[in-house]
Amino acid sequence: MTPTDAVSMPPAAARAYRRLLAAGFRQQSAYLAAAVGGLVANVTFGFLKAAILLATLAAAGGTLGGYDTGRMLAYVWVSQAMLGLINVSGRDVLGERIRTGDIAVDFLRPLDLQLAGLSTHLGTRLFTLLPRGLPTLTIGLLTTGMALPSGPAPYLLGAVSVLLATTLAYLAVYALNMSALWLVEIRGLQVTYMVVASFCCGLYIPVGIFPGWLETLARLTPFPSMLMTPVDVLSGYAVGTDALRLVLAQVAWVVVVGLLGHLLTRAGRRHLEVQGG
Amino acid sequence: MSRTPVVQVSGLTRDFVVRPRGHRLRGRRVRAVHDLSFTVRPGEAVGYIGANGAGKSTTIKMLAGILVPTAGEVRTCGLRPVQDRRALARRIGVVFGQRSQLWWDLPVAESFRILAAIHHLDAAGERARTGELVDRLEMGAYLDTPVRQLSLGQRMRAEVAAALLHSPRLVILDEPTIGLDVLSKQRLREFLIEERREHGTSLMLTTHDMGDVERLCPRVLVIDDGTLAYDGTLSGLSRTVGARRVLVVDLERPTEPLTGIPSTEHLSTQAQGLQQRLAFDPERTTAAAVLAAVSQRSEVRDLAIEEPDIEDVVRRIYAARR
Ligand SMILES: Nc1ncnc2c1ncn2[C@@H]1O[C@H](COP(=O)(O)OP(=O)(O)OP(=O)(O)O)[C@@H](O)[C@H]1O
Ligand SMILES: [Mg+2]
Repeated sequence: MTPTDAVSMPPAAARAYRRLLAAGFRQQSAYLAAAVGGLVANVTFGFLKAAILLATLAAAGGTLGGYDTGRMLAYVWVSQAMLGLINVSGRDVLGERIRTGDIAVDFLRPLDLQLAGLSTHLGTRLFTLLPRGLPTLTIGLLTTGMALPSGPAPYLLGAVSVLLATTLAYLAVYALNMSALWLVEIRGLQVTYMVVASFCCGLYIPVGIFPGWLETLARLTPFPSMLMTPVDVLSGYAVGTDALRLVLAQVAWVVVVGLLGHLLTRAGRRHLEVQGG
Repeated sequence: MSRTPVVQVSGLTRDFVVRPRGHRLRGRRVRAVHDLSFTVRPGEAVGYIGANGAGKSTTIKMLAGILVPTAGEVRTCGLRPVQDRRALARRIGVVFGQRSQLWWDLPVAESFRILAAIHHLDAAGERARTGELVDRLEMGAYLDTPVRQLSLGQRMRAEVAAALLHSPRLVILDEPTIGLDVLSKQRLREFLIEERREHGTSLMLTTHDMGDVERLCPRVLVIDDGTLAYDGTLSGLSRTVGARRVLVVDLERPTEPLTGIPSTEHLSTQAQGLQQRLAFDPERTTAAAVLAAVSQRSEVRDLAIEEPDIEDVVRRIYAARR
């Protein structure tokens, strides 16, 4: 299957992937306590991040890289709310299933492995939005004066952008974990990925206030499309054609990284040495 | 039903390169399966047996399309397993005794619903088939229980149901009864017999349990160190290696070891001679004759006959080949 097949999928096949999405959602609901723990962490670090960034802003004379206080607060709380959605840890069950040989079970199903993984993953992320993402955003809204755009356009485009970011983050981690077919042991790779991805996606500070050369470098990678773009669109930092261009870049990255994962899956299947038995 | 073989294998070979830790280049080549050829026709039930590490699971992985052969040809249900993986997945059902294909955190019934969607069953077909499997495997009591809370026996029944939900033409089971108690094994075997009778499903089974093979598989393939050591009927197998049965007798009073009974060998004495084990060759004498001879020396309270141990049969086959 290629990414275009996914669009022109017959209804019966689409039903299978929808079921997987629903299964992911229900599966995740078994881990409500973990989600609440995640909420506490997200909010705590939200206040910490806000304090540091506002102090930096004050030291810089009130604005920095186009961010004023309201914008910066919007950045902090939207990015914290999105943390449960995007996977920048580098880890995924896929790598573990390759290591133990359980991947055999996945390959024994008449499904596209990548699309099945994505469907399940989106289901789980959709669930965490409820106990973790939305409450984080609400707390941010109620306790701080974050600037928000007016009119429906940024929110509609923002929702699309969030979905693309979540998809892209998964597809990248999928491709990374697929390499376990060749390497078996990928923990070092995952940690490196986590460090680079979480910084370059704009999780700690907005990509817009990186030093010039670093910003240029970061914008050459898919990472800003995983977090910075939806945050900028939703907070009204990027508007109009700027916002549209950023979202189109997300689409391009989804296609490129998705294709990479697809090719790795194809090559990997011939290389697969199902462990254990 | 189509006449094409469900499994056709010729010259099948698979090597693994085993690298010591930290050495990416140096490696030792292990030949797990070597020049294997056999055919399974539609409707057949074949027991695939051999010692640990003989190459059973490796063969099965190649039949199912999750391992690429080093050399040789495989056709499963007429398809090339690796290239036609997804088409093949609709025609075969596979259970790996050690792995789960169910959704760990979800109720059993939910796993069945997902699999029904994956296999494009329509609503009526899904209801009928799920109902049939739930009844036959007696899963009604725990359908709404999350998989992680099931006992091993309950989970294995659900695993088998999951593999058979789409009514595959060929079912491949790799040690499906591992860890099950006698009753659960029995129930699973009976289910498989019924399933085969009603749907004409072909079966290929690996096991270390002779009972599985005896009940389910008229035909047996024995694999020894990656090569085919025997292909024929189960009774023929016992005959070629002279598999012996063992009579265990519980006696009324302590008795001297029961040696010297014709065509039998005294194996052991327990509990000061209250229990004794005697091996006999069913081709040369009968359990009744042995029992009669024992009764002349002591009063028998209870008795049991042990079936030939599959490991023992395999050991004898291997020994005969070396
Ligand atoms: N992924 C692998 N990498 C290296 N060697 C392997 C691999 N899988 C199997 N082998 C080797 O191939 C041989 C056959 O293994 P296989 O798993 O097919 O045995 P088996 O007959 O299923 O044994 P068992 O009864 O213990 O399940 C063994 O020597 C095993 O060590
Ligand atoms: Mg095995």
